[in-house]
Amino acid sequence: MIAVRGLAHRYGQQQALHLSEWKVAQGERWLVLGPSGCGKTTLLHALAGLIRPSEGRVEIAGQDLSSLSGSMLDRWRGATIGIVLQALHLVKHLSVRDNLRLAQYLAHAPQDDARIADTLGALGVAEKSARRPSELSQGEQQRVAIARAVVNRPKLLLADEPTANLDDAAAAQVIDLLSEQAARHGATLVIATHDSRVKMNFEKTLNLS
Amino acid sequence: MNLASLSASYLRARPLNTALSLILLALGVATIVLLILVVGQAEERMKRDARGIDLVVGAKGSPMQLILSGIYHLDAPTGNIPLSSVGLLAKNRMVKRAIPLALGDSWKGYRIVGAPREYPEHYGAKLQSGRLHDKPMEAVLGAEVAARTGAGVGGTFAGAHGIGGEGKEHADAPYTVVGVLEKTSSVLDRLVLTSIESVWQVHEEHQGPEDDADRKALEEAREVTVLLVQYASPLAAAMLPRQINSQSELQAASPAYETARLFRIVGVGVEALRAFALVLILAAGLSVFIALYTALEERRYDLAVMRTLGASRGKLFGLLMTEGVVLSLLGAAIGLGLGHALASALGAWLEAEQHYPVSGLEWRAEELWLVVVALGVGVLAALLPAWRAYRTEVSRTLAQA
Repeated sequence: MIAVRGLAHRYGQQQALHLSEWKVAQGERWLVLGPSGCGKTTLLHALAGLIRPSEGRVEIAGQDLSSLSGSMLDRWRGATIGIVLQALHLVKHLSVRDNLRLAQYLAHAPQDDARIADTLGALGVAEKSARRPSELSQGEQQRVAIARAVVNRPKLLLADEPTANLDDAAAAQVIDLLSEQAARHGATLVIATHDSRVKMNFEKTLNLS
Repeated sequence: MNLASLSASYLRARPLNTALSLILLALGVATIVLLILVVGQAEERMKRDARGIDLVVGAKGSPMQLILSGIYHLDAPTGNIPLSSVGLLAKNRMVKRAIPLALGDSWKGYRIVGAPREYPEHYGAKLQSGRLHDKPMEAVLGAEVAARTGAGVGGTFAGAHGIGGEGKEHADAPYTVVGVLEKTSSVLDRLVLTSIESVWQVHEEHQGPEDDADRKALEEAREVTVLLVQYASPLAAAMLPRQINSQSELQAASPAYETARLFRIVGVGVEALRAFALVLILAAGLSVFIALYTALEERRYDLAVMRTLGASRGKLFGLLMTEGVVLSLLGAAIGLGLGHALASALGAWLEAEQHYPVSGLEWRAEELWLVVVALGVGVLAALLPAWRAYRTEVSRTLAQA
């Protein structure tokens, strides 16, 4: 599913990431660990095609990302990748339903209210679909952000520090939800974190240091 | 969801900024629409009313006043001219037709015009009911006069001295309405037509002739107010006015020249208003620019997230451009509606004041240009913000959070 070889990225003179080899099989659940500044976010962005790495090769589901042009890469990202960001970045003035509709629209997927309702239902926030993000609790917003990431059934689900600023119970719940949703859609899951609480029950970990 | 509904949602999320841009643009567009309608319709109407009239001959005074009173019936006449001059001019080889008018009285603010039948014929008037007048003290009403006074065939009324409608009534010499004209969309609609003899009779009765000698003296002193002259040949334009103006008591004025002069005078005001309206439209463009540009800062995460969801750079560019376009088209649409509504309101008021009517229901080709200008302003205003959105650094923006 993921094949990384000789990957390196620099911001100016500063080395931000170095990863000589990494392979992930379809459906696996991985943790990317390491202190902040070790390049976890950079790796995730490279996997999502949000940056073009200075060196090396990233292949996702057999697709060499460097061979895709700008807008092709955007289209590929919409169809293949789901991302949950640390700061959830839901669009404030859109309802929960419209936030998911936006994801379908931008990914060129059919706008399907049944799919949206089903996705929100699976995350237990179906009855919030007409609300704005600001009217939801932190936990509910987290669920909506996950719903937005999985509504287009991505092959690869990425999460960047999803448990930061959460208490133990909430952190465990978010990890459970991500695993559950990845399994539900048959997606490969990669979580980047420096949160040691998350390590439980993940057998596959990548240490960046 | 599509680009239009998405950009509309962002416009709704900043109601005050959006309202300010829309109001400025709508006011600018409405002002220009109003100018286009009022000036365009006034010019057309003045042209139509003066069609076929090459020269107006009347008493000495302001030539513009002579035109305004003789053709448009908007001003007081400059005075009267002897009836004998009518005969002289009518016989002139350079004159194809000379229509004498006797003015001076009015009824409920509508002018009573003593004129031969050639006068309504000149404007192609048709009867809506009744017949044309053929005896003194019979009157035919213009369509608007009939409609607004409610008078019809068989009714009687007394003219009032003067043209303002406040003068003393000639109650002893009432007119009988014998016909009503169809609407001609010319000055005729706002006139009461009668024969020249009626006007003389009313005023001679007024002076109370005591015997036949008196009556004869009055008859010899009969006058008309203006002569509407049509040239027999283009050559007349060069010679006739000079010939007439050299006579001590007569004055000739050219409607084409005087109305052009009038529009030049009014034109300064029109141009100033138009410039003011353009400033409003430019201010609207600036408001759109500032609204979009300042919102970029708080929207950069939204824009970055959209990229993670699969939006291309071009899509973000398009989103911001669409916001500019939606604003400008909406502002232009509101402005067009407002302009036409204002023209209708102005028209209703002018009609009540018995002035030239203005219609808000008429659409003109120039208005299309206005939409193009508004659109151009919106596109220009959105260009830089859209470019910044295009340049959004997704990875860096998200890493800053």
